Amino acid sequence: MLVNQFLILAAVLFCIGVYGVIARKNAVLVLMSIELILNSVNINLLAFSMRNGSLDGHTFALYIIAIAAAEVGVGLAMVLLMYRNRRSIDLDDLSEMKG
Amino acid sequence: MFASDVLVAQNIGFAIIAAIMVIGALRVVTTSNVVHAALWLVVVLAGAAALYVLLAAEFVAITQVLVYIGAVMVLFLFGTMLTRARIGSETDLNNKNWFLGIPVSVLLLATLVIALNDGFGNQKLPADPSVASIQEISDQIYGPYLLPFWALSFVLLAAVIGAIVLARRD
Repeated sequence: MLVNQFLILAAVLFCIGVYGVIARKNAVLVLMSIELILNSVNINLLAFSMRNGSLDGHTFALYIIAIAAAEVGVGLAMVLLMYRNRRSIDLDDLSEMKG
Repeated sequence: MFASDVLVAQNIGFAIIAAIMVIGALRVVTTSNVVHAALWLVVVLAGAAALYVLLAAEFVAITQVLVYIGAVMVLFLFGTMLTRARIGSETDLNNKNWFLGIPVSVLLLATLVIALNDGFGNQKLPADPSVASIQEISDQIYGPYLLPFWALSFVLLAAVIGAIVLARRD
C-alpha cells in the first residue's frame, strides 16, 4: 500500500466536508460536514503513524475523537437553543450582527 | 495509484472501502433528508474504522465505533428529532448560493492532490507493520502526552457543563 492512497482519500473526504460546510444551510448538516473533515484528519494521522512506525499519531487520533465528541455536544446544544428561540435552525437567519 | 507488487488483498479492500466512503460522504452533503444524511454519515464513519484496522490501529478503530457510531450518531439523531426535522425530504437545506462550494472544494482538492503527489509520490507503507498494543498507546497517553490529556479532560468537562447550561429550559 502506498502512503498516498490514504492521503488522497483523506483529501477527497476533506474537500467534500468543506463543500458541505459552504453549501448547507441547516445547522445539523453543517455539524455533520465538520465531522467528515475531522475524520479525514484522523485518517491522515494514522497513515503517517504507520509510515513512521511511531505511535504518536494514534494518541492524537484518540484526542481528536474526544474533541469531536465534545464539539458535537456543545454544537447540538447551541442548535437546540437556536431552535427554541426562533423556531428554525437555518444559519441564514442568524443575522443580528450583520452591519 | 496502487502499489503493484505487494498486498493485493489489502489494496482491493482499500479500494472497496474508499469507494463506499466517498459515495457515502457525497450523499451526506447532497441528500435532502436530514435523517438519511445521518445514516450515510454512519457508513462513512464505519468505513473510516475499517481503514484504521487496515492501518494497524485497532484501538483507534474500536474507539471510533464506540464514540462516533455509538455516541455521536445518537446525539445527531436526537438533535434532529428535537429540532423537529420533517421525516421525509426537505427543500431548503442548502444556501441560495450553494454552487460556490463546488469550485472552492474542487480547487482545494486539486491543490492538495498536486502537493501530495509531489511530496509522497511513491512512498510505500511498511508491508508488515507491528499492530499497536493498547499498552503501548496508554504508555504514550500517560507518559509524554499527559499534559494534553489533562487539557482534554478539562475540555470535556467544560463541554458537558456548557451543553447542560445551554440546553436547560429555565
